Amino acid sequence: MEPFLELEGISKTYPGVQALSDVSLSVAPGEVIGLIGENGAGKSTLMKILGGVAEATTGTIRIDGESRKALTVGEASAAGIAFVHQELNLFDNLDAAANVFIGREPKTPFFRLVDRKRLKAAVQPLMDRLGVDFSPSTPVVELSIAQRQLLEIIKALSLDARVVIMDEPTSSLTVSETRRLLSVIDELKKNGVAIIFISHRLNEVTECADRVVVLRDGRISGRLRGDDITHDAMIRLMIGRDLKALYTPPAAPPGEAMLELSGLRTSAFPDSAVDLVLHRGEILGLAGLIGAGRTELARALFGIDRPLGGTVRLEGREIVVNSPSEAIAEGIYLIPEDRKQSSLILEDTITANISLANIRAFAPSGFVDSALEEKNAMVQCRALRIKAPNVSTPAGSLSGGNQQKVVLGKWLSMKPRILIFDEPTRGIDVGSKNEIYTLMRGLADSGVGVLMISSDMEEVVGVSDRMAVMHEGSVAGILSRDRFSEEAVMQLAVGHSGVEAHTTRGTTPGITH
Amino acid sequence: MLKKDLGLLILLIVVAGIVAFLNPRFISPINLSNTANLVGLFGLISVGQGFVIITSGIDLSVGSILALLGVIFIDLLTTYQMNWALAVLVIVLAGTVLGWIHGFLITKLKMQPFIVTLCGLLLYRGIARWYTDDGTAGFAFGQSFPTLEWLTTGRVYGVPLTFVAFVLVAIVMGVVLHRSVFGRHLFAVGRNEEAARYSGIRSERVIAATYIILGALSGLSAIYFAMYTRSISPASHGTFYELYAIAAAVLGGCSLRGGEGSVFGIVLGTILLQVLQNLVNLLGIPSSLNFAVMGAVILIGVLADQQLVKYRNARAAARARSALATGDKAPAVQ
Repeated sequence: MEPFLELEGISKTYPGVQALSDVSLSVAPGEVIGLIGENGAGKSTLMKILGGVAEATTGTIRIDGESRKALTVGEASAAGIAFVHQELNLFDNLDAAANVFIGREPKTPFFRLVDRKRLKAAVQPLMDRLGVDFSPSTPVVELSIAQRQLLEIIKALSLDARVVIMDEPTSSLTVSETRRLLSVIDELKKNGVAIIFISHRLNEVTECADRVVVLRDGRISGRLRGDDITHDAMIRLMIGRDLKALYTPPAAPPGEAMLELSGLRTSAFPDSAVDLVLHRGEILGLAGLIGAGRTELARALFGIDRPLGGTVRLEGREIVVNSPSEAIAEGIYLIPEDRKQSSLILEDTITANISLANIRAFAPSGFVDSALEEKNAMVQCRALRIKAPNVSTPAGSLSGGNQQKVVLGKWLSMKPRILIFDEPTRGIDVGSKNEIYTLMRGLADSGVGVLMISSDMEEVVGVSDRMAVMHEGSVAGILSRDRFSEEAVMQLAVGHSGVEAHTTRGTTPGITH
Repeated sequence: MLKKDLGLLILLIVVAGIVAFLNPRFISPINLSNTANLVGLFGLISVGQGFVIITSGIDLSVGSILALLGVIFIDLLTTYQMNWALAVLVIVLAGTVLGWIHGFLITKLKMQPFIVTLCGLLLYRGIARWYTDDGTAGFAFGQSFPTLEWLTTGRVYGVPLTFVAFVLVAIVMGVVLHRSVFGRHLFAVGRNEEAARYSGIRSERVIAATYIILGALSGLSAIYFAMYTRSISPASHGTFYELYAIAAAVLGGCSLRGGEGSVFGIVLGTILLQVLQNLVNLLGIPSSLNFAVMGAVILIGVLADQQLVKYRNARAAARARSALATGDKAPAVQ
């Protein structure tokens, strides 16, 4: 099919940064283009130019053969370019139908009131087409993330989108929800809608993309098609080198038990208890579906929520942790899932963020000694290889990987005993991911107990020494490294034993694999 | 009707029932009529304030505007002998202009609503006092405006026309907020301004419009208050009234974070506040405790509401989780 949208020789310069140079991309009806690249490779800039939010410095955008230099937001949506954002832009105080037609509500002839009948009549067929399980009048606040995403897609369809740009659409979806999304993509494709699928999850890219465009440092470093779309090829093009295997074995076999949980119950699953042992020097992976109670477990260990019952022993000694400050005093630190919300003060400098949890240590006289603070920050920046102009840089201006390292620096300057990572590399590019894995291994080898919660199958299988899989609030099974496989994890995560899983196979509807 | 409003309605009925039981004078026609009059007077600014609060803004200048526009209104009628209908128009227009200025400073010059209207609070109060040389503005002896007085302080079958005006305004504003395109956009802007902008909503206009609406309603209210008190000492007239309006809106379910609220809730909030004032008088509670009673009830009301929401969310989350867990079992197996 003829491409209807072509970008030609797009370059974009921000003061001091060449974000894009000479990028060309064409989109034809009904094709799925995987767009991948490390963070900072220029994907978002390219998408901003497509969406009319940013203007290219040079280059042309051609829509149906008509060339122009830049688009406005209005022109972009008129041309059928729609976005499904990573941070969903829905209004949770309105209902589903209202969100679909926000900003262009059907109006009654008089008084400009919202014509609710017409609104619902317009939304319902789109909902039927995607087979969603909620109604136009469901308040968005009651929808799950996956349902909200479908709603965004419905919104795109209602705009007669010809190309839907999905930015990390699966990053917070469960396995089954991801499958559902991929089948929706299939459906859109059949209807001639093109998809630009931006993701760090290469499995999904492999599965759904007809072709893949790889960006590196603002340039297209390669294009792949059909059978050439492989993990290795994509990673090589993204980082410009081969990625060595994720797993590095520990320097010494794991030692004695560092952290023992017995019968720990959290408010999320009051009836399920967690028993778990974390050994010195090991990385224990905690796998499971989203909502299996892993984050709640981490929160309980870090004293954010009070456990309902059970005991926690640290190096053989029973401890009770009622607040994060008590957890910190015990040397138990949490690196939370939501970096921007819970880990960092984005407006503050790297220095301020690193000394935040331990400010008394930098105030020997009772007043904060900023020289001491900065010295420590510099030590951490060097040790963690944080890429920033200096330690006075605001944390918010760093890339995801470097932000995560600042969070790590905060805890490492305080001699951790137990480090709990909750989704340590979500939204972080491949290169930084590996650095973080190396750091985790180094910490484990130095005698820290590392507990890693991860929904990223590659990560949890690739990095852990041992794995506990949670299902509905309790540990469904522990896997040793020789028994690691995605299949084994998944079966435990959904609460099936191996045998049962085989009997249900084939009778389960909706699988296209 | 929102669940929130229903809860408030029940609270109101319970409080009113208790007061009526303890002192039957509460439901005497004269007391109800007086209370309705006060509800009408304060309700106008509460509805406007509610709109502003839904955008996650705030307007602290309302009380001072009541004083400034009040003294000007009286001056127009007495010193300048202006036709009262024209004077009413001038004052409402003046309120609209002040609201427009607030909206302009907040949306175009990106100033914070709190700062803009705090300065307004000081500025208008100061001007009002200077304008009258800190004296009291009142009508000259023997001056009377039968039609205007009937419209502002009159009663029909005992129902004060201030209350009627308020009900009419509330109905119109209710339709605007809950049924119109503008109302939709208002909720969207209050929840996530940036996303609203990217949805093609002119969020600056929407925000500025709420200040303009409040300005116009303040102008109208200034006339009602002026006719109610008939003399205005600008140093004290309307002090704290912006806080009554904010309290009524918050009690009525508007969140200061924006994006939440209903006109019916604000109406109930206003009524509840006036019933509380009335209760202090009727139950022989020292009137010096007036504010303390109000503060305590608002605190408890908002606290109870939050706890209820928290409880509901926790239950919804538990339901969602169990749905997720069962929903995931089948398709996830490959």
